[in-house]
Amino acid sequence: MTALLEVSGVSKSFDGFKAINNLSFSIGEAELRAVIGPNGAGKTTFMDIVTGKTRPDEGEVRWGEKSQSLLKMSEARIAQAGIGRKFQRPTVFEDQTVTENLIMALKAPRGPFAVMRWKPTRDTDERVSDLARQVGLADQLDRRAGELSHGQKQWLEIGMLLAQEPRLLLVDEPAAGMTLAEREQTTALLRRLAETHAVVVVEHDMEFVRRLNCKVTVLHQGSVLAEGSLDHVSANPDVIKVYLGR
Amino acid sequence: MFIRKDPSILVFLAILALFTIGATLMSEAYGSGALPTSMIKVLGKTLCLALAALAMDLVWGYAGILSLGHMAFFALGGYMIGMWLMYARTGEIVSATLSRAAIPPTPAELQDGIASQIFGVVGSSDLPLAWTFAGSLPIQLILIVAVPGLLALVFGWLAFRSRVNGVYLSILTQAMTLALALYLFQNDSGFRGNNGLSGLQNIPGLTDVPQADISIWFLWASAGALALAYVLAAWLVSGKFGSVIRAIRDDESRVRFLGYSVEGYKLTIFTLTAMLCAIAGALYYPQAGIINPAELAPIASIYLAVWVAIGGRGRLYGAVIGAVVVSLLSSWFTGGRAPDLSLGFYTIDWVDWWQVLLGLSFVLVTLFAPRGLSSLIDLAARLRHPSRRGRDLGPDVGALREREAKA
Amino acid sequence: MRAFLLTILLLIAQPLWAQDLGAVLDANRDQIAKPSRQTIGPVITEIAAAGEGADRVLAAWADRRLGLAGDRFVIVEGDSATDAVTGESVTGDVDGLRPNSGVRGLIAAALVQFQLTDPDPVRRRAALTAIARQSDESHLAALREAPAESDPILAARRDRLERLLTIQYDTDTDARLAAIDSFDGDAGTDLQAVLNPLLATTRFAGPELPADANVARALTPDSENLPRAEAYRLLVDAGLAEPRPTDADIKAALTANIAGDAVGGVPVADLGDPDRRDDAYTALAEAGTVPTAATADEVDSALEANAFADLFTEPSSEITDAARASLRGMQTREGIMQALDLSLDALSLASIYFLAAIGLAITFGVMRVINMAHGEFIMMGAYTGYVTQTMIADRTLSLIVALPLAFAITFGAGVLLYQLVIRHLVKRPLETLLATFGVSIALQQLAKNIFGTQARPLTAPAWLEGSITFADGVSISTIRVAIFVLALLFLGLFLFLMNRTRLGLQVRAVTQNPGMAASMGINPDRIAMMTFGLGSGIAGIAGVAIGLFAKVTSELGSDYIVQSFMTVVVGGVGNIWGTLAGAALIGGLQKGIEVLNPSNTLAAQTYMILFIIIFIQFRPRGIMPQRGRMAEA
Repeated sequence: MTALLEVSGVSKSFDGFKAINNLSFSIGEAELRAVIGPNGAGKTTFMDIVTGKTRPDEGEVRWGEKSQSLLKMSEARIAQAGIGRKFQRPTVFEDQTVTENLIMALKAPRGPFAVMRWKPTRDTDERVSDLARQVGLADQLDRRAGELSHGQKQWLEIGMLLAQEPRLLLVDEPAAGMTLAEREQTTALLRRLAETHAVVVVEHDMEFVRRLNCKVTVLHQGSVLAEGSLDHVSANPDVIKVYLGR
Repeated sequence: MFIRKDPSILVFLAILALFTIGATLMSEAYGSGALPTSMIKVLGKTLCLALAALAMDLVWGYAGILSLGHMAFFALGGYMIGMWLMYARTGEIVSATLSRAAIPPTPAELQDGIASQIFGVVGSSDLPLAWTFAGSLPIQLILIVAVPGLLALVFGWLAFRSRVNGVYLSILTQAMTLALALYLFQNDSGFRGNNGLSGLQNIPGLTDVPQADISIWFLWASAGALALAYVLAAWLVSGKFGSVIRAIRDDESRVRFLGYSVEGYKLTIFTLTAMLCAIAGALYYPQAGIINPAELAPIASIYLAVWVAIGGRGRLYGAVIGAVVVSLLSSWFTGGRAPDLSLGFYTIDWVDWWQVLLGLSFVLVTLFAPRGLSSLIDLAARLRHPSRRGRDLGPDVGALREREAKA
Repeated sequence: MRAFLLTILLLIAQPLWAQDLGAVLDANRDQIAKPSRQTIGPVITEIAAAGEGADRVLAAWADRRLGLAGDRFVIVEGDSATDAVTGESVTGDVDGLRPNSGVRGLIAAALVQFQLTDPDPVRRRAALTAIARQSDESHLAALREAPAESDPILAARRDRLERLLTIQYDTDTDARLAAIDSFDGDAGTDLQAVLNPLLATTRFAGPELPADANVARALTPDSENLPRAEAYRLLVDAGLAEPRPTDADIKAALTANIAGDAVGGVPVADLGDPDRRDDAYTALAEAGTVPTAATADEVDSALEANAFADLFTEPSSEITDAARASLRGMQTREGIMQALDLSLDALSLASIYFLAAIGLAITFGVMRVINMAHGEFIMMGAYTGYVTQTMIADRTLSLIVALPLAFAITFGAGVLLYQLVIRHLVKRPLETLLATFGVSIALQQLAKNIFGTQARPLTAPAWLEGSITFADGVSISTIRVAIFVLALLFLGLFLFLMNRTRLGLQVRAVTQNPGMAASMGINPDRIAMMTFGLGSGIAGIAGVAIGLFAKVTSELGSDYIVQSFMTVVVGGVGNIWGTLAGAALIGGLQKGIEVLNPSNTLAAQTYMILFIIIFIQFRPRGIMPQRGRMAEA
């Protein structure tokens, strides 16, 4: 199985502080992966580097069958290439309706003039209502996103992520602020997605990670400390030392 | 159809049509003459300013780019049409003079005559390179949008590419308009220095038509341009494009992660609005009669933002209302027509105090009524802003504030 | 002239030949009474050589105080008159002589030799000054022959003058070269005035260059230095080519020869076409009505056949080379001086921008807020200075009072603005920008209403007037030095405040991480208010400083505000050094561009702004950006 995303030897420092230190990571198509680590382990910076928000000082980030480098590409190009990101705090466009949010995310040509000419068709309408149904917002389509509850915004954002039809999903703490029932729903969704997509879940909550039941990468001080099943890594003495603080 | 989604477009167009018909019926040329020609010109100019404000609202109210340089594009449009007006009009006069000689003039003689007529005031008699096409109306009409459009494209590309935004961008646009003004102020830049272009109210070929008629024609043209631009703007903001630029206003990095090239969108809207401003300027200055580099002073562009803010940004009619109300009030107060206000111990002469009033009311609007005059319309339409416990609609500096949002 | 010189030499060398003054005057009575510039020379020479009393006569003659009483020459002194030769008093009618200015010039030149030997040093100095102002070749000999000068200053001046005159008038090339060399390192204007005429050129056009010509440069027709039309005109003037009528000539000729409705067979209506005009003219020329014109081919071959050059009027190439080298050296030294002068100018401009921008940078750094009313705070400071001066007559004292007063007033205004407006617009920098713009136009108009539109004087104390001169051409006005010192003072004060006080620590904490600072018990609102007040207060002081050399008007602030913005944008908001670097860059750049195009300060500003727009491309966050993870987010 070839890797969809391959990060090798990446380092990044902010004013002397090494946020990422010689980090290597790879994920194949249709794989679910959890990334855990204590605060300041470099989880967010890692996602920033993959999505093009932050340029690493050194190292390589390669993508897809052609192994093209992501380092020269803008955030928008990377997103178009098929990397979707869900933020920790729900970030939806609060001034706009659920429909508008979803339409914006729908996979379609992204250039300004193409967007000007874009018109809703029966297909897109169906796709939007289908997505809304999947994330439980079918009856909220005309409401402004700003009026939704915190959980609903989380779901809307997941819906937007799905609408993009990415090949790799980077999901930052999806369960934060969710009820137990919602967590279970999220777990199911992520596992289902991982059947066809590559999914990287950055998570704090061990319980949630256990439920995902997938390979785990432990980050510490900007590099990979351990990798394997959750049971395997939680047996690792290093991990116990840094992550559990004992 | 987008008009069905937003009935305010039809209301706006109806009011504009009524206004135009009303003005025509009260004009000296086609009606009772209740409105003197100078007043018709003021109204026509106000419509052009409203068009510029509309463009400003698109770029600031919708895309969140506080450009303090859009009046530069307005003035550039004026310069482009002014070049043709002045060249062709001077050409008429010069050829009339030369044709009195025994031998008909050669084209070169004609051009020399025009050049020394136009540029005599700055001590030159050569036609500058920039005036190469001044004799051709079609080319100059294209240049009205092409030159400001190109400037906006180049400037915007440079600025957006390096991710200059927020206050930095505002300052940079202000610098751009200042640089352009200083350039035009130079005598040898080929635009008559601080004399500017004058006599623009005389339309070549229409020497025999009285100004009363011409002023009403320009009013029609301005109203037509405003109506078209309003429909265009409404179409733009109602669709997915509008959705994207509003998203950029509220949270541009999120838009990037959706795969949209934020820079491309900003550049598109910046350039498009620059062209709209240029068209407004091209209609404005023939009614004003004169254009000089002072029109590009940075303060003019800030006023444009003030109009939009007072009218209520992020809604198209808000910009138009702001521009019309503030500019008409300004000319009423500064024209000395407003009655003095006696306080007993001091008499307020509005010519002196209008600026103070404007400045302070502007501060008050920003602080207490972010939706500006549009809040009156919202009140009438029973629209209320959603309660967001004081949070803005997005993390970016251009994002709408809670009280600016529509329910 | 050379003969004349010899005569003088001979006469001075052998005073024994001198004739008695009376005899000389009598012999030349008619000439003296009705002098002509062409013929009077020898007579003046003769008088000058006549010994005792000659200088008095010449001086009187030059002053139009010489007259004829009967056949005696008399010198008129007020109401009385004395005999020119004997000195006895004369009564009766005096017929005053009125030599014209040409003649008086010759007399004055002859007088110089007497003045040079005059016992009174004042007169000797006057003589040297006269020669320096207007010299001719006779003075060279006079200078050389005059007895040794006792006054060392005058001796040096005389020596310099002698060498200058040698360059101009000596016949010996080596002597002239030596004189030029002796001025090595000198950049005096008198030397330049002597050297420049040596390099005067005339334009030559002819089949061949003269063999002995001292060629300044060869010219090719139709080049930048010699346009085609100009080259041909030279040939026509030299009689080497037929004139070619100008378009205006042709038009005039055609107008004069209209026959019916055609000229030379070409209908008048067609003459709007330049080709048809040529046809008509050719037809007229063939008919002999107008002179034939040189054809384009003839012009070409004429230009081909002749050589063009600029020739030095000075025949010796050695002299011109030496003069050129000397002048070039002077230019280099002058350039260095100018550069020095300019750096001083740039430094003072940078200090002004620094003072104007520092307050803006502080508020922008801490609050991310652009205060558009900052310029009006500068204006308030300047008006405070003006008002203080109307109340306290002593300028030094009023300045000492005005500086803290301006700080206090603008500090108060800043705090008020913060409390009333800015704190309600937290995290809304664009709204703050516009709201403070509203404040700015209101304040500006308010100032207009109170102080009127005309400029108000804010006069510097006497000890700040004048300028400090470092070297020839390098000087700086004292007031600008004072502003530089003030800027340094504020830099020091600022560094102290930021790095050594509790307030500074808190400000830095809020700048770097407001949330964290708040959780540490710092009240960000209070800190923001203090910094805003501080920034505004500095603007007030900057206003007093700017008011001292600029006009105090209600628009004073807006003249500086855009440059202040630029300074902040270019410098970055990270720290004070960024502001300093920004101010130095903008001040230096503006002056630098002004040098390239000194007549056009508008262009300088245009290019400077363009430069900044380009600069932002490479350093979008300024020279010294705020760093760290927070800043990148």
